[in-house]
Amino acid sequence: MTLEELVQQTGEWLRGTGPSADIVISSRIRLARNVEGMPFPQWGARPQRAEVKKRVAEAVAECRFLKGSLVLEMKGLAEVDRLLLVERHLISREHAAGADEKAVVVGDREIVALMVNEEDHLRLQVLQSGFNLQEAWDVLAQVSDELEQKLPYSFLPEWGYLTACPTNVGTGMRCSCMVHLPCLVMTKQINRVLHAITRLGLTARGLYGEGTEASGNFFQLSNQVTLGVSEEDILDNLQRLIRQVVEQEEAARKALVNQSREALEDRIWRAYGTLKSAHLITSEETVNLLSLVRLGVDLALIPGVDRGLLNRLFIQIQPAHLQRMEGKALTPAQRDARRAKLLRDSL
Amino acid sequence: MTCDLCSKNEATVHLSEVINDQTRELHLCEQCAREKAAEAAGLFSTSGEQLLGGGLAELLGSLTDLGKLAAGTPGAALSCPQCGLTYEDFRKSGRLGCGKCYEAFHRVLAPLLKRIHGSTQHSGRTPPAQKAKPAQLQDELAQLKEQLKAAVAAESFEEAVRLRDRIRALEAKPRKTASFPRKRESG
Repeated sequence: MTLEELVQQTGEWLRGTGPSADIVISSRIRLARNVEGMPFPQWGARPQRAEVKKRVAEAVAECRFLKGSLVLEMKGLAEVDRLLLVERHLISREHAAGADEKAVVVGDREIVALMVNEEDHLRLQVLQSGFNLQEAWDVLAQVSDELEQKLPYSFLPEWGYLTACPTNVGTGMRCSCMVHLPCLVMTKQINRVLHAITRLGLTARGLYGEGTEASGNFFQLSNQVTLGVSEEDILDNLQRLIRQVVEQEEAARKALVNQSREALEDRIWRAYGTLKSAHLITSEETVNLLSLVRLGVDLALIPGVDRGLLNRLFIQIQPAHLQRMEGKALTPAQRDARRAKLLRDSL
Repeated sequence: MTCDLCSKNEATVHLSEVINDQTRELHLCEQCAREKAAEAAGLFSTSGEQLLGGGLAELLGSLTDLGKLAAGTPGAALSCPQCGLTYEDFRKSGRLGCGKCYEAFHRVLAPLLKRIHGSTQHSGRTPPAQKAKPAQLQDELAQLKEQLKAAVAAESFEEAVRLRDRIRALEAKPRKTASFPRKRESG
């Protein structure tokens, strides 16, 4: 795969199919690992980071599951491409800044991605469409095992896999699901639900917007604790709690449809109308309207719109994607116009 | 109830923390609470990052001093022999410098990890190189089980829990291997 091919393609995780894919957009598991005997990236010197990068590249080249993957030096990437990778959920914002001796490996169809020299030497992730944590883990464990044959990981029997930040030590595993909860937000139950799962070991973060003011009604729910629990325990706990959140959203959707169907339909169709006709539109407004349209598709109120298309649009309306599409830098106003055009053409 | 820190004054500030159904409590007198809060506030970063980002790590770094540590400066003199990170560096950034740091700062990390994760014993997978030979493993297991008996008899329940978790981790069955997902139809 080349960078161009990556830019043009759509990640497997955006398919919009998979278990409970109406409410659970995607499942992601991330493992943090460090190479034995080398200082962690942010404390070590540049030659040491370069050494780690070289060793990881060698291990990746021999890894069966990463054959044909794209290996990118952050230094060699234009800023717009780095931001594009952030928008694709393949690297973190931190990884896109300060390119010194950082790299990323992107596997086939963007299922596996590996950040080199972010906060830890290796941050491995697997992204799956829908509510599919078990399959994500099966893939990730195999990739991690294979790399472990070539790269001795920093480990203590007492505290497990060692990481730069103590909050990740042990399994080094962060599992999360991206969920779409428009009706829990509309019925004002969202804070109660999020609060409840926070007390049971999960963290909740809005995907767009600041803090709990989540625009687009998207949330990322992940486990907090990484030490003292097995990987299976973390998965089971998250699956159980996500299932409950899904049930709550489904109940809220049923209730809204029963009690105020017309008002709901009106909101959804107005959102659809605006998206199809606007000539200037901000990402904030787009995300909120797309969320309603997505709900409309889930409730079979809007025929003929594919959920996968909507998932792709959420990604493509972002700044770096628009600029890449246009082939040049755009001012915010130009982006608002380009975004509107993309929506008119797609919907 | 007397203050956990100074053991002199009456505790009027009660902190409790729930992680994964485990509750941890700290009781402070007003003076100690005010002192520690001021110290922690000075270190707390306002990066607005996600919950477990650098800001909280710094706060937790300062909270380790609230635990009862051995006489003398609470870890101030500690530094890592391999990478040179000092305890002060760790408190400022909330990040460690290398794997060896975990051993060098064991004394301060143990209570910190307990606060963050509610546990201090890894129960997950281990690297293949770490897996002891069968005979060695049996010896270690036997030893741990003896220690567990002794800990329970002596009513050192925290130690007993730690040993129990370690035994479980060693006795855990190997994970089943699964195949890589089939290539899906395109489009």
